[in-house]
Amino acid sequence: MLRVDVTKNLGEFAVEVSFASEGRVTGLFGASGAGKTSLVNMIAGLLPPDRGVIAIDGDVLDDTADGVHIPPHRRRIGYVFQDARLFPHLDIRQNLDYGRRMNRLAEDPALWARVTDLLDIGGLLDRRPGKLSGGERQRVALGRALLAQPRLLLLDEPLGSLDEDRKVEILPYLVRLRDEANVPMVYVSHDSGEMRQLATQVVMLRRGRVIAFGGVEVLPLAAASSAG
Amino acid sequence: MFDISPTEWTAILLSLRVAAVATLVATPLGIALAWLLARRDFWGKSVVDALVHLPLVLPPVVTGYLLLLTFGRRGLVGGFLADHFGIVFAFRWTGAALACGIMSFPLLVRPIRLSIEAVDRRLEQAAGTLGAPPWRVFLTITLPLALPGVLAGMVLGFAKAIGEFGATITFVSNIPGETQTISSAIYSLIQTPDGDTAALRLVVVSIVIAMAALVASEWFARRATKRLHGN
Repeated sequence: MLRVDVTKNLGEFAVEVSFASEGRVTGLFGASGAGKTSLVNMIAGLLPPDRGVIAIDGDVLDDTADGVHIPPHRRRIGYVFQDARLFPHLDIRQNLDYGRRMNRLAEDPALWARVTDLLDIGGLLDRRPGKLSGGERQRVALGRALLAQPRLLLLDEPLGSLDEDRKVEILPYLVRLRDEANVPMVYVSHDSGEMRQLATQVVMLRRGRVIAFGGVEVLPLAAASSAG
Repeated sequence: MFDISPTEWTAILLSLRVAAVATLVATPLGIALAWLLARRDFWGKSVVDALVHLPLVLPPVVTGYLLLLTFGRRGLVGGFLADHFGIVFAFRWTGAALACGIMSFPLLVRPIRLSIEAVDRRLEQAAGTLGAPPWRVFLTITLPLALPGVLAGMVLGFAKAIGEFGATITFVSNIPGETQTISSAIYSLIQTPDGDTAALRLVVVSIVIAMAALVASEWFARRATKRLHGN
């Protein structure tokens, strides 16, 4: 279970969010500027909250009252950014293996095979990130995060930088990930269509506040999808 | 004309050794300092920044004299090092290396700092979320991506160290075989009535070394850039 109860002053507005989610995929839904990315950065540990608590399955990651702030590298939380952020000086194999090496995990050929198959990236291993298409890069970023064996996977608009055709190409992988990867996810998007397909629980945000929480039925109808 | 005499060889080899030692010792310090200046905010940062650049704007003879006062046999640091560790800088080739290292330090640090500043911090964040503690982020992401700048800084620093004159001659004098580098050898030769040919030989040698350094840095930078941009 992911429990978030935080406030953070962002200058223009403050994020004041509280929710607890059991879902396989918790969707953070809202227009751009709703504070979604700040919230995800707080969960990842990249942005310390001004006040509050963040905990996964009872394991406290942030608690300002007790002065607890676990740094990102010790959270075991995977993060797939909108821009894939692959390491340009490493080939795809080294990018994928990075998290395992940094966490000093034993090699796990079965997991490697499962993830590279799931994402269809086995054929890209010897290439450099500069040689990949946007969709391929995003699939590798997903694989890289998964192979670090996180206990939670954050996906911040992973389709945001892709055109429509690419989105259609990636979406099925995300659905398979949800159903087969066995890692709870937080999925950030401003697209209610994507949300409907992926999320099991939805946290709807506007200007830093939760305005609705529940199943996908809280989402606005597709026609009003981008209104947030 | 191109018969390089043993004394000249001594000066050339000494220059190379002094510059190489100065660069190799200064590089780790330069990387650490460049990283601090590029990535950290701390009290007194602008003072540190100014101190690093000071040798660039101070008259070299002033730097040399300050070194003599500090690291000379009776200097505060020099006396301590000599008494406790047996390390002597004054009038030794090690002192020449120290002078060259300090004089070339600004030129070494600057390209490294710029290239560290140019490394995308979002990549460092991504490495953190993958479990890398800050020092491993530095070693596996920041440093490799800043490598062209590190090599450029090293070559620039080396070239500057080879040519350093003012601070070196002030601090460690001009002793053949111990502290007489190419520059101070040329200086001595052009003050001797029949030294012109020999001076000219050393001038050619220093031009060749400088050119080789520049070509090497260009080659390193091109290779590194190619490697980094994923092609």
